[in-house]
Amino acid sequence: MNYTFHWLPAFRALPDMLWGALVTLEVAVLSMLLGVFFAVLLAVASGSNYRVLRGAAASWIELARNTPALFQIYMAYFGLGSLGIHLDSFPALLAGITFNNAGYLAETFRGGLRAVPPTQLRAARSLGMGQIQAFRLIVLPQMFRVVFYPLTNQMVWAILMTSLGVIVGLNNDLTGVTQELNVRSFRTFEYFALAAVIYYLLAKLVTLSARLLAWRLFRY
Amino acid sequence: MFSSVSAFFAPLFETSFSLNDLMFMLKGAGITLALTFWAVLGGTLLGVVFGVIRAISPWWVNLPIGIVLDIFRSIPLLIQLVLANSFKTIIGVRWDSFTIGCIVLALYCCSYCTEIVRSGFLAVPATTRRAARSLGMSWTQDLTAIVFPIALRVGLPSWIGLTLGVMKDTAMVWWIGVVELLRSSQVIVTRIQEPLFVLSIAGLIYFLMSFPIARLGARLEKRWREND
Repeated sequence: MNYTFHWLPAFRALPDMLWGALVTLEVAVLSMLLGVFFAVLLAVASGSNYRVLRGAAASWIELARNTPALFQIYMAYFGLGSLGIHLDSFPALLAGITFNNAGYLAETFRGGLRAVPPTQLRAARSLGMGQIQAFRLIVLPQMFRVVFYPLTNQMVWAILMTSLGVIVGLNNDLTGVTQELNVRSFRTFEYFALAAVIYYLLAKLVTLSARLLAWRLFRY
Repeated sequence: MFSSVSAFFAPLFETSFSLNDLMFMLKGAGITLALTFWAVLGGTLLGVVFGVIRAISPWWVNLPIGIVLDIFRSIPLLIQLVLANSFKTIIGVRWDSFTIGCIVLALYCCSYCTEIVRSGFLAVPATTRRAARSLGMSWTQDLTAIVFPIALRVGLPSWIGLTLGVMKDTAMVWWIGVVELLRSSQVIVTRIQEPLFVLSIAGLIYFLMSFPIARLGARLEKRWREND
């Protein structure tokens, strides 16, 4: 082994990489917010009486769950170009991850809705609550408790998935910045090891804050 | 022969995608499946070992294993692949990128499989195991005849999900230079410039490889839950 590690340039690039980590978080958070929005629509649609809606929701969910995330990002970046929709790498990455998140979260929400016994809703109604009131005060909090843990898991996955942006040319997220630095200096191992540490800390930050939040929210 | 067949079909579809291209993509799909096979095989064997160790060992063995395996789940696979690939160059081993891809994916698979095995193991009620022991079974007999069958039922649906997850994650391996399904579709896209069509075919192949097995897993899960 005749390789000498040069950690100094990597540490000097740390501020740049931390700015990149901010972009990574931004993509992840945005994709989760949009993903939750679409997932709720999908969960509602897949329980609807209209076959077209059910079919559309089912195809979105099955496509998102049965093809690689990278494929979905490619579709948004290269595929949509054929239809005349030219997305930049940032929106393409966001669209790909959102599509993926929505598919996985829709299943989670469906399970969450099923986990709340229908008797709860009926009991709330017979206590004089309105339909919306009962849903908001009785069903939603119980559902949230069930889906909270899968939701944080999906958030961690969203962070890890953002690293795929570099493949469609994103150069300002954590992996993108790291790759730019790498191309300039070829200190691949050092730069990417540092990026790995930052990703690990990001993932742990999410899990830890979720645990704190759960402890505040879900105690009786 | 292929070219004549595609020349026949080309006016039908108005595409320059030929049967040769399809063959090239199917070969890529073969590489995807081979990667999945080796990664899942290695990952599962390691996962069973670590899972059982985690389930029966005291906390000072359990905790370090848990922390190390958690690292593989908290770092993007792409970064892990790049790191492994450059580490290979640093220590001067001459493995090809297919092997590196298999190893990284196997470790990734192992980190998830360990948790599946562990939770399956711990799902077996202590009373059931005590009953087995008081019937005169030895510790090993209890493990092989009581714990494993029950844990298998608990863990198999998630294991199927994991296998499909690994299959989808093999798409990232092209970054270190393995021409698998997604990469082969990229090669063709670069040549014939029909990204939507070619990518759709790639997506269809992924879907066909994943969907039936995903359905099987969902059905097993449902059926076994009814029997509980």
